[in-house]
Order: sequence, then structure tokens, then C-alpha cells
Amino acid sequence: MTQLDYILQQIVNAVSLGSLYALVAVGLSIVFGVLKLTNFAHGDVMMVGAFGVALLVGIGVPFPVAVICGIAAAAVAGFLIERIAYRPIRDAPDVARLLTSLAVTYIIENVGILVFTSSPRNFPLPDILNTSWEMSNGAITFTSINLLTIALTFVSLLLLGWFITRTTTGLGMRAAAEDMSAAHLVGLNVNRLIIVAFIVASAYAGLAGILWAAQAGVVQPQMGFTPLLKAFVAAIIGGFGSIAGALVGGYILGALEIFIVAFLPSSVSSYRDAIVFAVLIAFLLVRPGGLLQPNREIKL
Amino acid sequence: MSREARITLLVLVALVAGAAVAFGAPHVLSDYFVRIILLIALNAILVLALSLSNGFTGVFSLGHVGFIGAGAYISGILSIPVQQKMALLPHLPAFLHAFSLPFLPATLVAGLLTALLAVVVGYPLMRLSGYFVSVATMGFLIIVNVVLINASDFTRGARTFTGVPLETTLPWVMGWLAITVFVLARLVYSPFGRAMKAVRDDTIAASAVGIGVLRTRLIAFVIGAFFSGVGGSLYAHYLGSFSPNTFYFALTMSLITMLVLGGMGSLTGAVVGVICVSLLSEVLRSVERGFTIGDFAVPALFGASQIVLGFIFILVMIFRPKGIMGDRELTFGLTQRSATVNQTEERKR
Repeated sequence: MTQLDYILQQIVNAVSLGSLYALVAVGLSIVFGVLKLTNFAHGDVMMVGAFGVALLVGIGVPFPVAVICGIAAAAVAGFLIERIAYRPIRDAPDVARLLTSLAVTYIIENVGILVFTSSPRNFPLPDILNTSWEMSNGAITFTSINLLTIALTFVSLLLLGWFITRTTTGLGMRAAAEDMSAAHLVGLNVNRLIIVAFIVASAYAGLAGILWAAQAGVVQPQMGFTPLLKAFVAAIIGGFGSIAGALVGGYILGALEIFIVAFLPSSVSSYRDAIVFAVLIAFLLVRPGGLLQPNREIKL
Repeated sequence: MSREARITLLVLVALVAGAAVAFGAPHVLSDYFVRIILLIALNAILVLALSLSNGFTGVFSLGHVGFIGAGAYISGILSIPVQQKMALLPHLPAFLHAFSLPFLPATLVAGLLTALLAVVVGYPLMRLSGYFVSVATMGFLIIVNVVLINASDFTRGARTFTGVPLETTLPWVMGWLAITVFVLARLVYSPFGRAMKAVRDDTIAASAVGIGVLRTRLIAFVIGAFFSGVGGSLYAHYLGSFSPNTFYFALTMSLITMLVLGGMGSLTGAVVGVICVSLLSEVLRSVERGFTIGDFAVPALFGASQIVLGFIFILVMIFRPKGIMGDRELTFGLTQRSATVNQTEERKR
């Protein structure tokens, strides 16, 4: 295997991982943009989507139908979380809402453990998605699910771009993100916009959860937590609240993680997560608006 | 009786009651209840340490458990008996192999080194506010976890760290709790304490009247970290063996629940929160093991106690966001000025 093939292989891996981070980060950013809420429960919505698919396929539902139902289940979960836990405290300080979302995470994970136990269970992936492809005489390999992840990320983000720039509801969401009370004054139904934001974000979380589980091969109740934390870093690197920023941050983080493991000695690369979160802290300190919102000021 | 005399009386009564519990309880109560009292006192130290920055200074840290973990590991490494240390941690630097410290000095060193760590971490981070500082300190917690798992020469990595002498007894914990309460009460109800609250309530106004915002936040953060490190050491000598994930999100969540439930601006509130949550989770834990009423068997529901605590947390956030005590202290009326003093002051106006 040549050096070039090795690098190309790592680029394939980085794009695939980065797509997943971008998908999760986009959902986080939609909610943060509209509500200024750091939604830890987003990871558990991913888990709902993945478990939905695993359970439905388990009782004999065809895989594509199960995926659609899983995404729908995630959207419903997001809607319920907003309605029950977040709406009553919408005017509370940032930190109170962040803590509430942590508590929601805690509840959902423990309910998941209670119902499904914490041991991982198999994620049923159709064989057609499990086939691996080879290039350059086997030096570069990837599976269909890698390709599907990249393609679905691309398509779904194009859809999102169309939604927020071309539809009335999407424009309203951006107006609410800019200035909630002004949006209210010009007659937008802010409640409805927030519900739409949560449903859209949670549907993306569901899709991301299904793809994540498909790549890992297993589902378990705590599966959402790690991708959530990583997506959080991605969103902040790109510029929290900005959808383009989430995309950029997702791919940068994916590349950073893959390249740390691929090109640094193992004594350093075992500290990968420490490096990632050190980058997060550095961004919060030096450039809290991320790469795409350089003008945001640090407030004491 | 003057106000000062009554405060002294209150402190004395509290000390005598604490000493009575510390030395009397093991003779009167079963081991189970002694253990519960010990855990309440231990958690009270940890939550009070957390309240200094999170409650009084308005810097909501999610990273204090990182300090607790650091304290636990530092104290553990220092106090494992020399011979065991050779066997358990063969790759330690030679000078750490040469000695082992008794409980008290190990705890003090753990607290001081943790405070030093807090200076290094806090100096840049205290510039941040609101959710930024929460997220950044959460990043610190994750970094500590990764380091504990990877620095296996010092910590045995993800494997269980064991061999720490079991020296945390009730008198030790009650003694440290008394010191914590004393130091924090002196600090919070002093001019510096008012500066902390000013920084919390209005940062701009505070700096306008000449309060150094960064300095105030950093001092609160570092003192809180010292007591977190001390609490971590007590925790280590209570558990005897632990792993990096003992000091991670589950502990963070449980300490924050206690703090928020009790009331973030009140020392006695923090203690009330610890007592409520500890007793409640003890009851719930015995329920979740499953029980039978007549012929009807309730199956074991593991994790149910966590779910109930999570719901209580959300309900508190919605209906009583300032917690049980809010900003008030539980003083049994002993620190209030007497009615006659108030009347004379009224007349003067």
C-alpha cells in the first residue's frame, strides 16, 4: 500500500465521519439558533430513531419503511420533549435550560436502560448496505453505508437549505433566530416556528442516529451521548447557531479526529478526545462565534 | 443577647451536635445508617464546594467533578502503602515510590494540588459567562477523564484503582464538613462574599463599582476546587477502589441535582438539598429492587430512582427555579436582629 493510498483512505474515513458529525451538529444548531438552547437531549433523540428502526425490523417491517418510521419517531420525541420540558422554562436563564436538557437526557437514557437494558443489541442492516467496495487494488476500502451516509448528508442538507431560504416557514425560523420578539411583533407565530424547528432538528437527529447505528452495527440506550458531545464541538467550531457553520465544523472535526489517529503516534492519539475538547475550549476562549461568526463578542 | 453572641451560640450548638453525631452515631445506629450519614456529610462537602462558584458567583461549572477525581487520584497515589504501591503501580516515578503519606497530609496535598490545577484552568476560563463557561468546564471534565484513562503509569488506566486504605470514618468527614462550612460561611458573608454576589447578579455594575470580576470568580473557583479535591480524597479513602468513570457525568448530575434542589444561593440550602436527595434516592433504591404487597409482586426496576430524580429536577426547574431554600439561610431565627433593635432603628429614621 502506497503512502498516497493510505492518505486517500483516511480522507474517505474523515468525510464519512465528518458527515455524521455534520448531521448531528446541524440539528443542534437549528435548535440553538431559534431558542438559544444547548440541547443535550438531541443525542437521545438519535437513540430513539435508531432503536425505532431496530425494533421495527425485528418484528418484520421492511428496512426502508422502518427507517422512515424511525425518523418520524425521532421527530415525535423531539416535539414531546419541547412541549413537556422546554416550553415551561423558555424564559429561564441559559444555564437553567441547559441543566433541564441534561436532566431530560438523564431520564431518557435511564428509561432506555430500564426497558432495553444497557447491553448493546444488534442493528439489522440489509446485506446490500453492508457490501464493501475496493479501489486501487484493495488499498482503499469503504462500505455502501459510508457512501450512503455521505450521499444522504448531502441530499438532506440541500433540502434543509431549500427549506430555510425558500419557504415561508423557513424564513420565519430564521427571523425568529435573529430576533424572537421582533418576529413576534411582525405577526409570526413563534410557538409554531419553535415546534417546527424541533421537529426538523429531531428528524435530522433520527437520521443521524440510524446512520450512526448502521456504521457501529449496534444500538444501546447511551449511544447518543458521545456523538452529541462531538457534534457540540463541531457546532461551536463552525459557529453555534449557524447551519453552514455546523456543516463546516462537522467536517473539520471528522478530519481532525481521523488524522490524529492516522498520523500521530499512539502515545499521542490515545488522547484524541482530550485534544478535541481542548480545541473546543480554545475556540470558546478565542473565537466564541466559531469560524463563521467572527464578530461575536465575548461577554463577561 | 447580642447578635454576635447568638451567632456564636448557633455555631457552638452546630459544632456540639455535629461532634455528637460524629462520635455517637456509630454506637447507637446500625452500620447502614452510619454509612448514610457519612455519605450525606461527604456529599455536603462536595456540593458546598460546588456552590461557591455555581451558586454564589454565577459561574455554573460542570467541571468540578474533574477536580474531585483529581483529588481522589492524587490522594490515592500518595497514600497507598509503599509495598503495595510497587505491585500496583510499578511505573510510578521513583520518588513517589519511596514514601506513603498518612490520611490527613495526603488529603491536604490533594486539596492544594487541585487548587493549583484550578488556578491554571480557571485563569483563562473565568473570562467566559453563561452557558459558555458551563460547556468549557464540561470540556475540562472530559479532558480529565481522558487523561485519567491514559496516564496508566499513575492511575492504572481504565482498570480499577485499588489499594487505597479505608480511612474515611464519620468523625473525619464531619470534621472536614465543619471546616468547609466555617470557611465558606466566613467567605460568603463577608465583603468578598458580597462582591461574589454582585458579580453574579450584574457583572457590568460590579465592575463599574470597582470589583475585579475575573479575580473574584477565580478566587471562588479555586477555593471551591480546593474543597472538591479534599472531598475527592475523602471519597477515595471511603471507596478504597474506583475507576476514572466513578468521577464523570453520573456524579456531576447527582451533585448538581442536590445543589439546584436545595437552592443555589444558600449554604444551608445546599446541605438541605443533599439530605433530601440522599434520603430520597436511598428510599427509591430500596423500592427499585422490587418488593411484594400481598400476592402482588412488583418487579425490580433498575434505574427507576434516577428517572424519578430526573423528573424531580425538571419539576423544580419549572415550578421552583430557586430551589427549596433560594437565597435564604436556615438560621432558626438566631441571627436576626431582635425586635427592640429594629424598633429603635425605625425611630431614628
